[in-house]
Amino acid sequence: MTTTANPTRGGLTARALPPENLVTAGEVAAREGTAGRPRAADSSAARRAAGSVPSAATGGEAAHPTAVDSGARHHRPAGRLVGASVRRREDPRLLTGRGRFVDDLHPAGVLHAAFVRSTVAHAEVASVDLADVLATPGVVAAFTADDLGLGDISARLARPVEEFVPTDMPILARDRVRFVGEPIAIVIADDAYAVEDGLEAAKVTYRTLPPVVSDTAALAPGAPLVHDNAPANTLVDVAMFATPGIDEVFAGAACVVRVRTKTGRQNALPLETRGAVAEWIDKDGQLVLHTCTQTPHQVRTVAARSLGLDEQAVRVVVPDMGGGFGIKCVVGREEIAVAAAALRLRRPVKWIEDRKDALTASFLAREQRYDARAAFDAEGRILALDADVVCDMGAYSCYPFTAGIEPLMASAEMPSVYRVPAYRVRGRAVTTNKAPTAPYRGVSRPQYVMVVERLFERAARELGLDPVEIRRRNVITEFPYTGVNNITYDPGSYRESLDLCERLVREEGWYEAKAAAAAEGRHLGIGYSCFSERTGYGSAAFAARKMEVVPGFDIAEIRMDTTGAVTVTSGTQNHGQSHETTLAQIVADRLGLDLAKVRLQQGDTDRITYGWGTFASRSVVVGGSAVGRAAAKLADKLLVLGAHLLGTEAGEVELAPGGGVRVRGDHARAVPYTAIAEIAYLKSNLLPEGCEPGLAATASFDVLDDGTFSNATHACVVELHAGTGRVEILRYICVEDCGVAVHPQVVEGQCRGGIAQGIAGALFEQVTYDDNGEPSATSFMDYKVPTALEIPDVAIHHLETPCLFTETGAKGAGEGGTIGAPAAVLNAVNDALAPTGTELDDTPVTPETVRNALANGPRAAAAPTGEEDR
Amino acid sequence: MTAESTAQARTGYRERQLVVLDVNGTEHEVLVEPRRTLVDVLRHDLGLTGTHVGCEHGICGACTVLVDGRPARACLMFAAQAEGSAVRTVESLAGPDGELSDLQEAFTRHHALQCGFCTPGFLMLAEGHLAACPRTDKAEIREVVAANLCRCTGYQTIVEAIDDCARQRRNREED
Ligand code: FES
Ligand code: FES
Repeated sequence: MTTTANPTRGGLTARALPPENLVTAGEVAAREGTAGRPRAADSSAARRAAGSVPSAATGGEAAHPTAVDSGARHHRPAGRLVGASVRRREDPRLLTGRGRFVDDLHPAGVLHAAFVRSTVAHAEVASVDLADVLATPGVVAAFTADDLGLGDISARLARPVEEFVPTDMPILARDRVRFVGEPIAIVIADDAYAVEDGLEAAKVTYRTLPPVVSDTAALAPGAPLVHDNAPANTLVDVAMFATPGIDEVFAGAACVVRVRTKTGRQNALPLETRGAVAEWIDKDGQLVLHTCTQTPHQVRTVAARSLGLDEQAVRVVVPDMGGGFGIKCVVGREEIAVAAAALRLRRPVKWIEDRKDALTASFLAREQRYDARAAFDAEGRILALDADVVCDMGAYSCYPFTAGIEPLMASAEMPSVYRVPAYRVRGRAVTTNKAPTAPYRGVSRPQYVMVVERLFERAARELGLDPVEIRRRNVITEFPYTGVNNITYDPGSYRESLDLCERLVREEGWYEAKAAAAAEGRHLGIGYSCFSERTGYGSAAFAARKMEVVPGFDIAEIRMDTTGAVTVTSGTQNHGQSHETTLAQIVADRLGLDLAKVRLQQGDTDRITYGWGTFASRSVVVGGSAVGRAAAKLADKLLVLGAHLLGTEAGEVELAPGGGVRVRGDHARAVPYTAIAEIAYLKSNLLPEGCEPGLAATASFDVLDDGTFSNATHACVVELHAGTGRVEILRYICVEDCGVAVHPQVVEGQCRGGIAQGIAGALFEQVTYDDNGEPSATSFMDYKVPTALEIPDVAIHHLETPCLFTETGAKGAGEGGTIGAPAAVLNAVNDALAPTGTELDDTPVTPETVRNALANGPRAAAAPTGEEDR
Repeated sequence: MTAESTAQARTGYRERQLVVLDVNGTEHEVLVEPRRTLVDVLRHDLGLTGTHVGCEHGICGACTVLVDGRPARACLMFAAQAEGSAVRTVESLAGPDGELSDLQEAFTRHHALQCGFCTPGFLMLAEGHLAACPRTDKAEIREVVAANLCRCTGYQTIVEAIDDCARQRRNREED
């Protein structure tokens, strides 16, 4: 279904673009005289010359270019909505407290559910005694796995058992628990306080088993098994690519560098925890499950299977959502249990996860270990990349991605934006007695980009090259480019974003600031990261991972009513990304309508045939193209009917701005959409022969090749404080290219929010466990989510290399910020640490490690880490 | 092993008390357990669901309301503790016809909200701060904003929106 080229964009590749076409919005604005180039450069350089470096957190205004006037992006014809930062249509209700989130739903007679959860990491369940629970005032019912008899959640890869060991996740644990927090029983009471009382009265006895609490313990010979059918606790083990002769390349290379790193386990942490309200509706013969999921149809499919119902007997409805970031794009066992309880009791049941459960017992992500080597020639050209990736996926495979989600992403895409001639990777998912994992914004890319970018920085240091220059010599500049990983990269601005980002850092005077700081004995560092991000994975890409369920396409339907207004349904699922605005912009443009005449509906499996929701930066690529195509189909019918009313042929007419059909070259001869809608519905006797009543169209979109890659370069300037070990971010610059930005302000919002999450992973957040597998971060006291004092302002500059096959030229923009930030921050920290000779590769970088590194003193005092066995 | 309790919900012997609350200028009487928090009463007894809950332990600030004009965590107060105080929630900010206040306008103009879950808390935090410190500056606003968590925006646009609103209020005053 993929179009090979958008006619309006055909041939406009980055290669074909003369350099002057790759300009920032700020530059365009400057040319047009509407806004200045970043004003920061001069004034902040002057200030630094006077010895004071403005801080990002306080008084740093001068150091921060005012956000570019997004409306000034080029290529946007007057009147076109795509490319305009119109007011978000979601905002009025969210600003006035009239949004409707899952916990705002309060059906009459609603009961409240909570879960008896395992208090041990690994055990056989000897007995569950709920008698006292049932005797607790207010408690209505309590069910165990045996009571409900539900089918398990089973996620599969079509790979041989040497590569993938299938495991099933029961809705409620039966005879075995595999992590602290695993649900064992559901308790239902008449209010949310009574249900907590009930939980306290539960008596569970365990026959404990030795827990497996790290990837290394999981892989140790003779380790206890988390799943009896998974030898060596390995759920996924793939060896890929292995370019012939790669060992000889390493043996003969001028420079070989190595990075070994471990990244901390994180929680995606939407501010709204998970939750569901389920209710059986007799009139419709349906179980209605209101749940804050990114993927409503997927939840319906799994819920129906687990409950033993036809899918038409389950309706999943998604209210407003307080974020997701991936944790809500897999099916949660709790939402199914709540549905089962509502079915059983024939009363509405609500479950709202508390923060402790969200932190310890939901889905986590990101705990990975890399051992990576890269070979370079003497000029700094990369010759080979060899990596071993181990991902600690916790107790179960998530649906539908499986435990392969992280290792397969890392293995497939690790060569990143560079021309890597030889590549070998082994990717493993190990299972441990910790909460399971789900995709989290960026999925492995924050980690492998960090590893690759560290390899380049280290090679630059070894070879005496500038770290930007070594990247420049290696980034892909010819497109389409098919890499050693068999992926074809569509046009991007890898080199241009790198050049511009470095220029901005230089112009703002940060290199001088670094030198001045060093002279004063302070520790400033500058770090970059250069990366691309495959967005809008289609069926082909997921099938290539050998997923049995391939969440690729999307279907959109459009209806015009008698007032000429349109209702569009999309299978994507907004949870903060502004789809009600951006997808409506696309449709309004296609039909020449006012934005107010277009309404988007999502998140109701009864209204939409099927859809895959929102994750993997797919919505504008796949969903946006589907709504665009549906609108184009509707336009075809409007043209036929308009021509009929105008007494001419469809070939003679065109859509008129404002909503109508007119004769080409004779604009006075026109009919408004309302007149067309009138014959389509109210006077169908006037329809031309063979034309069906109604104005509706359905279209789908899928990406059947390797998809489209957004790209960016980030730069970060940090100062390390010797006394406290604090890493202070003084400056953050992002030069991004997501093709045509449908709504530039929203793109910038995605960048900034993503960068904040990337910084959080680099410097602050980590879920740790003690030796017994007990999670140590159970509240926001221990899980350190950064605030406005830790997250800097971000200067964003746009480049635009349009996607050749999406309806708008847009590429995805949801994850890039998170992907680029850890590498930029870590490289900046290491740049600041360079005089000490210590290199830090693990995240999060804690104040303690920074303090110790600074205390180590000059290079002579300590051997570089991570290279001792080179 | 277990099944539904055959008995109806045993609600009889939970002690309740009558609490009188002044919320957004209206007096409400609610009969609640002494342990019931202010945020639960606002959301579930009075139906004012604009105030959100993100942690129930006083860190995230999603539940921020004004108690006698000062920002307070409604998850950390029992409803009974708010008796005799004037409570203001996000529902009080817009005009009766739904017209957005200048602060709400600034938030939408600056794209200071994405999912919007944290937004009522930030609005009430800002409303309290701007009333107390109309001469505030951006650095001070950033410190105030650091009291609450937002997972979507990266905070920059929230700070900018509040600063913009503060400037406009000052300008209007000077006119
Ligand atoms: S819910 Fe009150 S501070 Fe988080
Ligand atoms: S806008 Fe989503 S948490 Fe702030």
